[in-house]
Amino acid sequence: MVTRGFGSGRRPPTDHDARIPPGQYLEQGFPVLSAGPTPRVRTEDWSFTLKHGPRPIKKWKWTEFNALPLTRMTRDIHCVTAWTKFDTAWQGVLVDDILADAGIAPPTAYTLALSFDGYTTNVPAKDLLDGKAMVALLYEGKPITPDHGGPARLLVPHLYFWKSAKWLNGLQFTERDEPGFWELRGYHIYGDPWREQRYSGDP
Amino acid sequence: MSQASAAQSPWQTARIVRIEKRTPRVTSFFFKLSRPFVHQAGQHVDVRLTAPDGYQARRSYSIASAPESRGTIELAIERLEDGEVSPFFHEVAAIGDEIELRGPLGGHFIWSASDGGPILLVGGGSGVVPLMAMVRHRALQKSAAPAALVFSARVWDEVIFRDELIRLDDRRDGFDLVLTLTREPAQRPSDYSRRVDAAMMVQAMERLPKAPTLAFVCGSNAFVSAAAQALIDADMPADLIRTERYGV
Repeated sequence: MVTRGFGSGRRPPTDHDARIPPGQYLEQGFPVLSAGPTPRVRTEDWSFTLKHGPRPIKKWKWTEFNALPLTRMTRDIHCVTAWTKFDTAWQGVLVDDILADAGIAPPTAYTLALSFDGYTTNVPAKDLLDGKAMVALLYEGKPITPDHGGPARLLVPHLYFWKSAKWLNGLQFTERDEPGFWELRGYHIYGDPWREQRYSGDP
Repeated sequence: MSQASAAQSPWQTARIVRIEKRTPRVTSFFFKLSRPFVHQAGQHVDVRLTAPDGYQARRSYSIASAPESRGTIELAIERLEDGEVSPFFHEVAAIGDEIELRGPLGGHFIWSASDGGPILLVGGGSGVVPLMAMVRHRALQKSAAPAALVFSARVWDEVIFRDELIRLDDRRDGFDLVLTLTREPAQRPSDYSRRVDAAMMVQAMERLPKAPTLAFVCGSNAFVSAAAQALIDADMPADLIRTERYGV
């Protein structure tokens, strides 16, 4: 439905249209969104636990985790609140390298990302493997600030950004695709921005 | 807990039936829904504008009206100078126009009278909008849940819903309004003239008969960061603080 009188005014540049998923707009800043206050996690208190169901497989302290291979990823990111930001530059540990260090293959097809503040979000295992996702430790070469999820956040750039859990402290393999925090509150179980899967029931 | 599902909230057209200027920068638009829904206080809608060539822009706006305002919702839209949607509403939109929206959306930043209280609401600027829905819902339900609203605005004339909030405050029915102006002296004896801080949060909590069971904080990112930290410094447990942020 055409909106009367809309479209003649300001409009974002269109030269990058192919990189902007439907319903998104290009943002130059880096907005902050979260369901609660920003946790301040000290690196000396930080740990990351890989789990199969309730059972821990391996746990890393900050220095141990930082000794794993670091990989650079520069990607466009897409927030469900409709902003897209180009070329965000991260460094971190690929989920592939975390599994390799733990000496396991993915034991199930689904995962839940776990955060210090109790936040959870579900991501299929295949969306984390083959270089598609990392536990990011640096943004633009510097430690990730608390507002943006530091010390460490998940980075799954091909899904809406609520899947890239902030203040990450674990990854749990689950038998079923278990909805996380926002997925239980009306957001899409998978969240592909190119299919505009914002809310539950979107195709 | 509400489930905002697409099956329950498809795109619909809504007709602008009333426009009311709230402050120099904020105007309320009242939409009559073609597919009426009952939202929960704190929820938002997504609005979609479409140009003749198919170009679309969409934004989320919190609902200011109470769930009891069946069939019509109020969105209080702040004009952002470099925006593409808010200038359309402020300069072009007129009574009778049809706009596409979907909702209600959001299942976390919500409060219902049946949830009880006390609740502490903290809003900065247009961040007061979803909190206004809670305050109105509380009043319309004649809820006994004690509630305090700390509302930070730059100046007196930018206090959105000012007259209505002061009227509700004057009822002395368990709702307490605390205004703080960051660029002007306080206008009422009990108000403040500074940015929100822990001491202000402690004093706001003291107006409640017991510690709040939930706090809702909404505003710009900088405001929410500061206000949430002030609450934590005032010994509010972090897991009882719900936030909604906008802006960069």
